[in-house]
Amino acid sequence: MSIVGTRVVRVEDEKLITSGGTYVDDLREAALTGAVHAVFVRSPIAHARISGIDTEEAKQAPGVVGVFTAADLDLAPLPTGPVTEPFLATDVVRYVGEPVALVLTEERYQLADAAELVDVDYDPLDAVASIDAALSGETELFPGGGVTGNVMQVNGAEEFDDAAFADCDAVVTQTILNPRVAPASLEVRGGSAAWGEDGRLTLWLSTQNAQIARTTVAGALGLDEDRVRVIAPDVGGGFGAKIGADPEASLLGWAARAVGRPVRWTESRSENLTAMTHGRAQQNTVTIGGKRDGTVLAYRIDVVQDSGAYPRAMFLPTLTEMMAPGVYRFPVVQTRSRCVVTNTTPIAAYRGAGRPEATAAVERAMDLFAAEIGMDPAEVRRVNFIRPEEFPYTTPTGGDYDTGEYAAALDKALEAAGYAELRAEQELRRAAGDPVALGLGIAAYVEITGGDANGESGRVDIHEDGSVTAYTGSSPHGQGLATSLAMLLSDQLGVPLAKITVKHGDTDEVPRAVGTFGSRSLQLGGSAIRQAADEVIAQARELAADLLEAAPEDLELDTERGVWQVRGAPSSTTLDWARIVSSAERTALSADVWFGDGKPTFPFGAHLAVVEVDTETGKVEVRRLVAVDDAGPVVNPLTFRGQRHGGLGQGIAQALLEVVNYDEDGNPTTATLADYSFVTATELPDFELVDMATPTTRNLLGVKGIGEAATIGSTPAVHNAVVDALAHLGVRHLDMPTTPMRVWAALNDVRKAN
Amino acid sequence: MRVSIEVNGRTTAGEVPDRTLLVHYLRDTVGLTGTNIGCDTTSCGACTVLFDGESVKSCTVLAAQADGHEVTTVEGLAGDDGELHPVQRAFREQHGLQCGFCTPGMMMASVSLLKENPRPSRREVREALEGNLCRCTGYHNIVSAVVEASGAEVDR
Repeated sequence: MSIVGTRVVRVEDEKLITSGGTYVDDLREAALTGAVHAVFVRSPIAHARISGIDTEEAKQAPGVVGVFTAADLDLAPLPTGPVTEPFLATDVVRYVGEPVALVLTEERYQLADAAELVDVDYDPLDAVASIDAALSGETELFPGGGVTGNVMQVNGAEEFDDAAFADCDAVVTQTILNPRVAPASLEVRGGSAAWGEDGRLTLWLSTQNAQIARTTVAGALGLDEDRVRVIAPDVGGGFGAKIGADPEASLLGWAARAVGRPVRWTESRSENLTAMTHGRAQQNTVTIGGKRDGTVLAYRIDVVQDSGAYPRAMFLPTLTEMMAPGVYRFPVVQTRSRCVVTNTTPIAAYRGAGRPEATAAVERAMDLFAAEIGMDPAEVRRVNFIRPEEFPYTTPTGGDYDTGEYAAALDKALEAAGYAELRAEQELRRAAGDPVALGLGIAAYVEITGGDANGESGRVDIHEDGSVTAYTGSSPHGQGLATSLAMLLSDQLGVPLAKITVKHGDTDEVPRAVGTFGSRSLQLGGSAIRQAADEVIAQARELAADLLEAAPEDLELDTERGVWQVRGAPSSTTLDWARIVSSAERTALSADVWFGDGKPTFPFGAHLAVVEVDTETGKVEVRRLVAVDDAGPVVNPLTFRGQRHGGLGQGIAQALLEVVNYDEDGNPTTATLADYSFVTATELPDFELVDMATPTTRNLLGVKGIGEAATIGSTPAVHNAVVDALAHLGVRHLDMPTTPMRVWAALNDVRKAN
Repeated sequence: MRVSIEVNGRTTAGEVPDRTLLVHYLRDTVGLTGTNIGCDTTSCGACTVLFDGESVKSCTVLAAQADGHEVTTVEGLAGDDGELHPVQRAFREQHGLQCGFCTPGMMMASVSLLKENPRPSRREVREALEGNLCRCTGYHNIVSAVVEASGAEVDR
């Protein structure tokens, strides 16, 4: 029986539950002996001109090994969009948390004392602390830099064409905020740098992609790539915000060279919440129009992306535009996007990166349209779904969808939840004037995975003792990919899991790779491993043919027993992997491949949220969350469901609680976990998952990505549910997060208006 | 100052600055890095250990306060023969961890919970673990793990 598709506990867990694993701050490598500790002095002001920095007193503090500012650096600033971002601020700081100086000390506890003595003179400038302030252009972050106002990028229509909405019976327009959130991996950012006597830099980094980090750091330091080795040890969460290397990582390498000693850095949580990139932060204005029978004729989204102080990720609104129509066969889709800069922390990828924003917008729009024409939200969706027979389907925004069963996914979710009964309960409670209102929220979604159009590396070695080592270019950090890949190999080669080792995240072991983001790992990294194993099997077939004096095509690999034999003659002589490898007079059979056809896949699903809203206090409680998530065939149901649980947790948190806030001067007001509403166990329900599997034809495994899917569906499901709970009281829309205060205020507004 | 603390049944001692936190003593002086640090405000619970059998966040205890006391960390959870603690087994069986960073603290808090309440309901587990943050799992499987460790049936 095949191990693939069965529930297998993770091979990763043993060390994590016994010794707690080895994260970057846990490293006790010999190469780090005598390391100094690093801290970044960061701007406490959102927008200011630096008129002077005095480091003399800091340099005299106990244990100080070095204090560096921009004047000491010989690094070219990083290009970010049409502007550049300095490693340490030069003349102007543009957000609270921007690095201004780097301090190195002998002992960890000396860092904060010394950093306080770096004396920076700031002449405050007006802060641009919101999208509206950025668009007004009154204060510019990059005056005279060839940038108009604060707009860094414009895509799509200059003027929208209203004719598309001319034949509609109903048209609805709404501005929907997708709030800024903090990725907040539980392990903060950190790294260690050491130069070897051979002139090579080794950097241990909490990163999702050691190879991208190597390219970035080598580029920043002006080194050939082979002079930099990056190792990702155990990584305590990334969620997109640890893709590659942040500027701080390059500075660690620079500083280690400057002082001639290894350097260790671990940021604090408040640094993490102000200086690690944030996610989302879009203001989307949607217009939807159609017929009273539910048919949508045209959909428009005008995206404004708050990029923060430096536009590090202008692909985010582009992805939102592409995924704008979601699961629907809208005849006309109009999009535009603008990236603006503000005096806030830079925005970059966060679980879903551009797609949750698209889904949140279109799923709110569908509910608004349904309410306008007086139709059930589930029914409006059914009318407009792309149908199974229409795949592959190209959307008006260029999405090249592979396969989908959108109506079936929604039906499964509604059936599992008992939708009709829930609606009946809602009616009863409304009729009885129950102060605790019931709300039902639907989100049907499709997302793009492996959408970066690059492939992934995979190498499989079978050793003389019959054990297997696989090297993957993916770089898991909690996803359980090592277990999934070992399962694939066990299935294909007939080798038990205990004899399979999966390696990743070290550029010396895996020189070519893209890494983990965009839910790409199994479909690309897994396919690469499968292809490499196929090649090893082909090599073995030739060797086995020589040994058994048979034609290669007459041989078969018995994967139950892990032996080669003549087909149809199971009692004949068999050869195990060890025998075959030794016959080759090599230490290992090996194949090293690159898999990728450049085509993404499109997982989909439907979520239904049931919430209870206390109309007297505004408190929202998620009573149930039913999720259908279809990412094709499942390799390991354990990790597949685990990824969905995690996604649901983060998605629900965004709808209900999480938001990074700034005051009008650009001061962050959510800079600790005491202020930032991180979701705890008490706010979440037990999740109800329904499985469904529609394969893709775009990779060797038929699989699609699952890492981000549940985040994407759950946010609008919960958001819609909260609005639905209040609909009978006259609330039409409410922005996220639907905190008690916001819900209460909305109710108060409608009560006053009535 | 000089402190002497029994960690996982073994006497440890070291000369540390007065302001040394217990978590740094465990990690840097004793060399047990299983106890993690996730925040500055005693909010995340990643550093939870048992202090004379009670769960505490070791980022809020001075090493000096632990002088002469007993501390158990994740490294001391399994038996001397390497046999996993029921909580460790349950976290693995129920997939109660993903990246693993919160896991040591989460397991130590769970051990403490089960000592106080040997058969908690799922709701009680959720409430008891409110001081331990996890970013990966959505908590569902952590709750299942604690229920399994209590000896109750878990519906997968």
